[in-house]
Amino acid sequence: MSGSLVFAWSGVLLFGLGLFGFIVHRHLLRRLLAFNIMGSGAFLVLVGLAQDGRGVDPVPQAMVITGIVVAVASTALALVVFRRWYRTSGRTDLPEDT
Amino acid sequence: VIGLWSVPLLFALPLALGILSLLATPAWRPRTIFVGLPLLATASIGVLAGLVRDGPSVYALGDWLAPLGINLVLDGLAVGMILMTTLVASLCAVYARVYLRDYPAATSFFWPLLWFLWAGMNGIWLAEDIFNLYVGLEVMGLAAVGMVALRATPQALAAAMRYLLAALLGSLAYLLGVALLYVTYGTLSMAGLHEAATANPTTHVALAMIILGLLLKTALFPLHAWLPPAHGGALTPVSALLSALVIKGSFYILLRMWLVLGPEVTPVFTAQLLGVLGAGAVFYGGWMAWRQHQLKQLVAYSTVAQIGYLFLFFPLVTGTGPEAARLAWDGTLMIVISHALAKGALFLSAGNLILAVGSTQISHLVGISRFRPMSLFSFGLAGISLMGLPPSGGFTGKWLLLHSAILSGQWWWLIVLFLGGLLSAAYIFKVFRMSFREGPQIDRSVTPPLTLDVTALILASLAILIGLTAHLPLFWLRLGSVFGAG
Repeated sequence: MSGSLVFAWSGVLLFGLGLFGFIVHRHLLRRLLAFNIMGSGAFLVLVGLAQDGRGVDPVPQAMVITGIVVAVASTALALVVFRRWYRTSGRTDLPEDT
Repeated sequence: VIGLWSVPLLFALPLALGILSLLATPAWRPRTIFVGLPLLATASIGVLAGLVRDGPSVYALGDWLAPLGINLVLDGLAVGMILMTTLVASLCAVYARVYLRDYPAATSFFWPLLWFLWAGMNGIWLAEDIFNLYVGLEVMGLAAVGMVALRATPQALAAAMRYLLAALLGSLAYLLGVALLYVTYGTLSMAGLHEAATANPTTHVALAMIILGLLLKTALFPLHAWLPPAHGGALTPVSALLSALVIKGSFYILLRMWLVLGPEVTPVFTAQLLGVLGAGAVFYGGWMAWRQHQLKQLVAYSTVAQIGYLFLFFPLVTGTGPEAARLAWDGTLMIVISHALAKGALFLSAGNLILAVGSTQISHLVGISRFRPMSLFSFGLAGISLMGLPPSGGFTGKWLLLHSAILSGQWWWLIVLFLGGLLSAAYIFKVFRMSFREGPQIDRSVTPPLTLDVTALILASLAILIGLTAHLPLFWLRLGSVFGAG
């Protein structure tokens, strides 16, 4: 049980770190990286918590695979929008961002 | 048989059309609506017929059983949302086909995005498990962000980026909540969770994550900052789709989750808090709408305000009697649907007025009533529903909420309903005052194509009509819910 909780708690830690970075940083690439770290944290919680001696549960793994696909797609879209934003405005952050 | 075929078609068809239209040349992309709209309308009527004849049911996709397969739920709420989506999105598509001729760069990507958006929304309405809700939410959200960015101006790109960041944060919080619920109860199915859920710390943390994530995506005050630039700055048909339908997606998930977890799990304190935030949205959104100088920004802030009414649902169903809860359910769904129709009409007619005067400023509308009475009439009809004047759908919804508030003894929500109506009247009449003023500035206007005026007028008329015939949709919407009818 404690072995599986290590993964889950690391996931929570990663999610928290990512959230911190997401809020603190202004550079859009950094925020995007922070989002990806948060995502990895959430996936780790999902896989880590589900392995508590009931054997391998395929459902969370299927969910994580779907989640990774979604995260890749979101990151790609964010990069495209960011690149266009950088080209048209020359900025790496959002205006009047508080 | 038709009923069964319609269910998978509802999201397989928009997905297929989305991919096909990406493969097609830009000139062919708008033509996908000639196939898509009639088929989706038929499928929507098919599921309604199935609901009326056989009652609510669960559909196993490809006969694969959960948890490996995907179950789809076909109750009154899901079917109601599907019909609303088909109606509003079809009219927006017809509008867009004409409107986007002036935006050749945007038009080629609008159509694939529209179909993906549609697939995502239908996926949300039909999903029976909380993970497919997440997938639907992401498909819808990413397509919506793409649509906001279509204009490709710096403002549009900044709005899209802000929207994307909010959406990503919201869906990750939701996903973490889903993970905690799965680990605790070993099921993703809403029916399974409804039976198993009990009040414990893990469930409350999961509920908190889910609520926070969905509030961010629904843009409830004070998490609304991304909405006005995204909705107000987008191309007109996109604004209408986003404000009328997309924000309802995340609200719908919240509504379902609240009912699935049930009264033992959902705390009264949280329900009251959601109501207070809703009240804040009604006041702040209405006040900000009144202060805007740009027409579409005014309409976008009006959405911020109208979202607030939806959140009065939570205090009115949690810890109140069955009769008050049933009235709150009816009233909230009436507002969801009539807001979709009215806000769609308001954005489309605002777009027509902007085309006519060639300016987005409200102050430039002076004298427009002489030239564009039809656009202004649609704007007014939609405004009546948003203000909540009889006999519109907005009036019926607010009237039901008002009854529910009185029955459950929560008189303070009456103040919100009353003052919110006054604020809506203030910002709608701000536009009217300008347009009826006689000024020397404008002595002619551009005449927008007839299709644009007609689609806006149809939507606006439907927003009024649904108030006159409210008992029928409300009866169907109760089928299969905990507020079951008959």
